[in-house]
Amino acid sequence: MSEAAIHEQRLSTRGAVFEKRLRKRYAAERRFKLAGLGAILFSVMVLAFLLVTMTMNGIGGFQRAELAVTVDFRETSISGDPTVLALPTAIQSLEAQGLPQVIDAAAEKSLGRAGADQLGASAWRTAGKAIISDPSILTREAVLHLPASNRLSSAFTGDGQAELQPLARQLAAEGKLAKNFDPGFLARSDATDPQDVGIWGALKGSILTMLVTLAFAFPVGVLAALYLEEYAPRNRWTDLIEVSINNLAAVPSIIFGLLGLAVFLWIFPSYRSAPLIGGLTLALMTMPVIVISGRNAIKAVPPSIRDGALAIGASPVQVVFHHVLPLALPGILTGTIIGMARALGETAPLLMIGMRAFVATPPDGLTSPSTVLPVQIFLWSDEIDRGFVERTSAAIIVLLLFLLVMNGLAIYLRNRFEKKW
Amino acid sequence: MSPAILLLLALGLGLAGWLAARARAWSFRRQAPGTRLASLPNYYGWYVALWIVIPSVLFVLAWGAIAPQIVNQAVLSSPAAASLPAFGFERQTILSEAYAVANGAAPGVFHTQAKALVEPYREVLTRTNAIGIAITLLIAFLGGAWSFLRLRPDFMARTRVERVVMLTLLLASLVAILTTLGIFISLVFETTRFFGMISPVDFLFGTHWGPDPMGNPQNPDPSRYGAIPLFWGTIYIGAIIAMIVAIPLGLMSAIYLTQYASPSWRKWLKPALEILAGVPTVVYGYFAALTVAPIVRDAALAVGITHASSESALAAGLVMGVMIIPFVSSMADDSIAAVPQAMRDGSLAMGATTSETIRRVLVPAALPGIVAGVMLAISRAIGETMIVVMAAGAAANLSANPLEAMTTVTFQIVAMLTGEGSFDHPATLSAFALGFVLFMVTLGLNFIALRVVKRFREAYE
Repeated sequence: MSEAAIHEQRLSTRGAVFEKRLRKRYAAERRFKLAGLGAILFSVMVLAFLLVTMTMNGIGGFQRAELAVTVDFRETSISGDPTVLALPTAIQSLEAQGLPQVIDAAAEKSLGRAGADQLGASAWRTAGKAIISDPSILTREAVLHLPASNRLSSAFTGDGQAELQPLARQLAAEGKLAKNFDPGFLARSDATDPQDVGIWGALKGSILTMLVTLAFAFPVGVLAALYLEEYAPRNRWTDLIEVSINNLAAVPSIIFGLLGLAVFLWIFPSYRSAPLIGGLTLALMTMPVIVISGRNAIKAVPPSIRDGALAIGASPVQVVFHHVLPLALPGILTGTIIGMARALGETAPLLMIGMRAFVATPPDGLTSPSTVLPVQIFLWSDEIDRGFVERTSAAIIVLLLFLLVMNGLAIYLRNRFEKKW
Repeated sequence: MSPAILLLLALGLGLAGWLAARARAWSFRRQAPGTRLASLPNYYGWYVALWIVIPSVLFVLAWGAIAPQIVNQAVLSSPAAASLPAFGFERQTILSEAYAVANGAAPGVFHTQAKALVEPYREVLTRTNAIGIAITLLIAFLGGAWSFLRLRPDFMARTRVERVVMLTLLLASLVAILTTLGIFISLVFETTRFFGMISPVDFLFGTHWGPDPMGNPQNPDPSRYGAIPLFWGTIYIGAIIAMIVAIPLGLMSAIYLTQYASPSWRKWLKPALEILAGVPTVVYGYFAALTVAPIVRDAALAVGITHASSESALAAGLVMGVMIIPFVSSMADDSIAAVPQAMRDGSLAMGATTSETIRRVLVPAALPGIVAGVMLAISRAIGETMIVVMAAGAAANLSANPLEAMTTVTFQIVAMLTGEGSFDHPATLSAFALGFVLFMVTLGLNFIALRVVKRFREAYE
């Protein structure tokens, strides 16, 4: 190669070989970028798929198959005495007056014998509640929408026993069988019949459990964060506390369930499956999250605030409680809400301490047996009956809505109050 | 009277003490105008209030624990209790029934014997309640009077109150150590009991798992307590299948979000990942069991695999991997962000494309942090319970076929403790031994990972 050619090659940075290599490198660049986009779109699509499946299934869970029954209460002996209907025992008195038989007879009249047989076992209760809320229907002919039996309901959706499907089709064609929005789903509790279940019991259990968790984890978490960030001397004890908080934040939740079972239920054996024990167990799990986020929020308060307060004569405790804590509070609250949202969705530790029992009435206190929303979802998902599939998805939608509201609140707090110093 | 009312009483008395002491501090000021109090009047109030509330609340808590025993003792020694059945379930129901009626919690009794006990119960309850209130009042009064008499204009109330505050802070931070200790001790205690029945060698190295909760607890068959299939199932689902999904997807998501995405895209994509991280595990479990598992089975049948079951390690592992993606992504995000900008700028200035910079400079430099993140992700995956409980199955198979049902440590903990077995049975206790192994493994992984992260961060600071 001549000297000029070497010179030429050295100068020309854009030879054919170079161009080819550059094209290859740019193609690799594009492929890499696409792979990254694909990875993140995959996650987004799974999320969308999950939410869509739950919603599609869940919409049915907020409805139930109801039979339209025409009842003429004037022909019956049921009295509409308002003082009796105002009593808490009104439903029992209606039962004693023969309401179940009245409903059955009316159903036979308007639906036929085969149709009346498919009225749900709790249909007369629904009728009774309608009478209690509006006694005037006793003086006229009324069309009541009463729950169908679970068998008819599944025949109506197209699965279940084949012999009921013609009846379901016939009743639907006559406009007497329809899926109606079921507000009672939010007001009832667990039951054995998917037509009669509701989530209020589980929801109330969840709320009570979360109250206990908050009452315990928030003060302890905030105080521990203040101590570690503001006062703790650098020594072995402090290191030990920090190591154990960091480890607790990463310990599997089921281990906290074992702790609750071995310690809390050993101390209070009679409070099995009570919100008190569940809340304490979840509080131990949530506390490290609050401590860690609280420490970050406290760290973000600039030292000049502390110095200024100290300079005008505040004591160390006054500095922290009058100045640092109020400034760090939005950040601490954000972390607390996120920790609480995690606790609300937690299932495994509560299974360990026995919150998986069938509880048909909402809990009336911190020590009465109860279940919580995620555990209720787990229990329903175990049911073989097809009717529970939709109910489970509906319960999941309610749970996700709660989580969405909590996370939205956390984001709002973060954006609204957090200062950048 | 419930402890809640006693607690309210103590708090009310504390408020009264607070007001009184503050008024006293103000009167000091009025008596000698011009002199300074050693503390602000509020601190005098807090000092007295703490002296009232802390002792009486401690008493109320202790009283709440011992009062039921006192009541029971007193009732059992009454003549009406002599005719009770000597022991057992019936005696307990009669007692609790009578107690409920005397308490006003139940309208009437079911057992005839309980009726005779209602009156003694009511009597004893009234007496114990009166004693409880009296002692609470006495303690509150003594604490209040003693502290109130100590108030002087030069009394350092603030330092004393602040000492209590500091003590409270210290106690709050000790809760974390107590929790760790509580977990450790309770697991070790129950595990030792288990190893008293089954030798650790059989447990840790046996290859057949199938405890019989209904079998004779005195003579368990050690060959049924081999946990190797559980360990294998846990590693296979949590550390292999889930990680094959989560590591590439999580890492690439983090790279795209930090290096390529425009701010407006990032504003939408990041919350989506956060939502994915916030979905409760029971929802993932339901999704795995109801949607993913049938898809996996149908896909297996379509390619000609005949024995695909509806519960498979693959379905559980895939969903678990998706659950872990946001976690891996945020850990990778942090470690890539920790690489100094100068290294990235240097590489770009030499003419490397963005992807070459990422692959040859950023990822190698961030590798320790990424590896630590993966270790934390594995520790989270093997501790995950609901997905495997709902989708992985109960059969303890020692196989590498991802389409077979497999069981994990967490699944067996749930299965052993939610069954009907008694607390002294080795099958029940084995749950604690499994929990102990799980705790130690996750602890080890976390410890190493946090160390690596810390050292890695220091290297670039």
